[in-house]
Amino acid sequence: MVDELTDVLISKHHPMDKLLRQDRLPHIWCSGCGLGTVLTCFVSALEKLDLDMDQVVVVSGIGCTGRAAGYLNLDGFHTTHGRAIPFATGLKLGNPELKVVVISGDGDLMAIGGNHFIHAARRNMDLTVICVNNFNYGMTSGQLAPTTPTNARTSTSPYGNAEHPFNVPYLAAATGATYVARWTVLHVRRLERSIIEAMNKRGFSVVEVISPCPTYYGRWNKMGSALEQMKYYHDKSTIRHWSDPAQADIGLEGQIIVGRFVDIDKPTFCDLLQGADQ
Amino acid sequence: MGRRRVSNNGILQGSFFMDGDTACAEGAICAGCRFFGGYPITPATEIAERMARRLPQVGGTYIQMEDEIASISAVLGASWAGTRAMTATSGPGFSLMMENLGLGIITETPCVLVNVQRGGPSTGMPTLVGQGDMMQARWGSHGPYETIALSPGSPQELFDLTIRAFNLAEKYRTPVLVMTDEAVGHMTERVVIPPLEEIEYYARRKPQVPPNGYLPYRPDPDGVPPMACAGEGYRIHVTGLTHNEKGYPDTVSVETQQKLVERLIRKIRANQDDIIELREDQVEEADVVVVAYGISARTAARPVRMAREMGLKVGLLKLVTVWPFAEERIRELAPKVEGFVVPEINMGQIAQEVERCAGGQAQTILVPHAGGGLHHPNDVLEAIKRVTSPQSTSAETSP
Repeated sequence: MVDELTDVLISKHHPMDKLLRQDRLPHIWCSGCGLGTVLTCFVSALEKLDLDMDQVVVVSGIGCTGRAAGYLNLDGFHTTHGRAIPFATGLKLGNPELKVVVISGDGDLMAIGGNHFIHAARRNMDLTVICVNNFNYGMTSGQLAPTTPTNARTSTSPYGNAEHPFNVPYLAAATGATYVARWTVLHVRRLERSIIEAMNKRGFSVVEVISPCPTYYGRWNKMGSALEQMKYYHDKSTIRHWSDPAQADIGLEGQIIVGRFVDIDKPTFCDLLQGADQ
Repeated sequence: MGRRRVSNNGILQGSFFMDGDTACAEGAICAGCRFFGGYPITPATEIAERMARRLPQVGGTYIQMEDEIASISAVLGASWAGTRAMTATSGPGFSLMMENLGLGIITETPCVLVNVQRGGPSTGMPTLVGQGDMMQARWGSHGPYETIALSPGSPQELFDLTIRAFNLAEKYRTPVLVMTDEAVGHMTERVVIPPLEEIEYYARRKPQVPPNGYLPYRPDPDGVPPMACAGEGYRIHVTGLTHNEKGYPDTVSVETQQKLVERLIRKIRANQDDIIELREDQVEEADVVVVAYGISARTAARPVRMAREMGLKVGLLKLVTVWPFAEERIRELAPKVEGFVVPEINMGQIAQEVERCAGGQAQTILVPHAGGGLHHPNDVLEAIKRVTSPQSTSAETSP
């Protein structure tokens, strides 16, 4: 009787088991990190998408976020630092039937991979990019990133960052992305919906996810525990759909403008290539 | 000129007058290459131009990437999508490609990388010949590995060896380098393209087991694992990290690292009889053997002939495959000859390999050339004469 009840009350399977590599878990991410939430939102988005999962491919670069590809029970490629997007470009052009998603971090996509990001956006390559932005390089213990807010401290900006950061949605929109959204890991339902919209979008779609790194960025900048950072997201996030992403800069402890900024239609690289053939 | 024709499927066949770069592109198309990701660079640009024109005619895709780093990344991605893919570049781009050449090696991704070598270092002499990237071809990406590099000396050979490169890439699941040079790339000669059915095609080895029984990096007895690609239902995980047979990262196990690295090296070395191609001319009875590759093997023919006319017994050993190096053949010859002469358009790269394998049993004389031109026949002839003259001393490989 007790056993029967246990069977009912305690599930032996997680509802997302089918799409996760159970033999790779537990993951390596720190407690309080937002990446687990991003992964969950991605998996729940996949479950709601009408796609053949054998045709969904996840490509990542290097870093904490780069490990996401390894936890998903999909075809996954963990490439070199910054090169996820051009690798994904080759996958997509080699087999246009594939649904190719790049999941990587701000350092990987915006610094060493910045050139690839803007050119894939310019071409309107049919890819979805989920850029998890924790404002620093977490994997190597918290160094300056091109997204680190001015004056923020990291292990390589110990006196405060003297650089201006990239505003990811603004860069994506300016260089040609057809879908651009930003959410924090607090906005799980909206994030999931944006991932669905991005993956249904033909063209270069970008979803930036602001995510806490309490272990490094949070500690260097006295932002408190992960919970306190979530409270910060709650207090300082403003949803402003369709607003000009140029106005969506993120400062140290400043407000975070979130929402869907861009959703336009224009021919993809493959569309134009086929047109050029005729 | 023989008959030329383009068959319905867009493949050329017949006898053509074309430059090496064009022959390379046509060889790739005959080999089944249907993806080219590249970036323009002298003297390899004509390969990209030819592929941009030709690939759409045969159902393939050409893309000009933002740089050579992106080019090779896209080539790797296209290969994992199940396509035969290549890129072509020269020294500066070759340097940029070293990072993901390593990713191709550790993930065992078949693809072809053509380097039309020019004078270096750095921007060097963009329009003139060089052979200065031969050691970069061997060691350019970080970490321990083995590589395959072929060295054509004419447009026809560039055509033939590009096809061979694709087949070796598939057979051994590794990037294969075609190390040609500006002289060959820009030389226009007769190129015969045989009927497609006569061209060798090594099909990619696919898994024979269902997805749940498949280990992406469990090798067949020859050291090469069958390859499932993206979208085939195998749910593969591929990483540039040190990985186990499942393809999962295992970055703190010395055993996993050793097993992986040893297999990556063994799958090439153990099959070197199949991979190494040499062309020998009167080597068996020679006192002096000229060891050369690419354009330098071609220009060595004249001084070899001149020396023979002087009564010297000279052989010519042409390294069609430069890497893996023909160690066994040089070791075999060393006790039988007085010396090796190695002309190359660099300041001594393959000469060092020859000297190493000669092991002090025969002298090795380098005939260096800094780049920008070909060897004068007299320079090679003088080196041959030095070996055979009584005053000749021990090995000299420094310029």
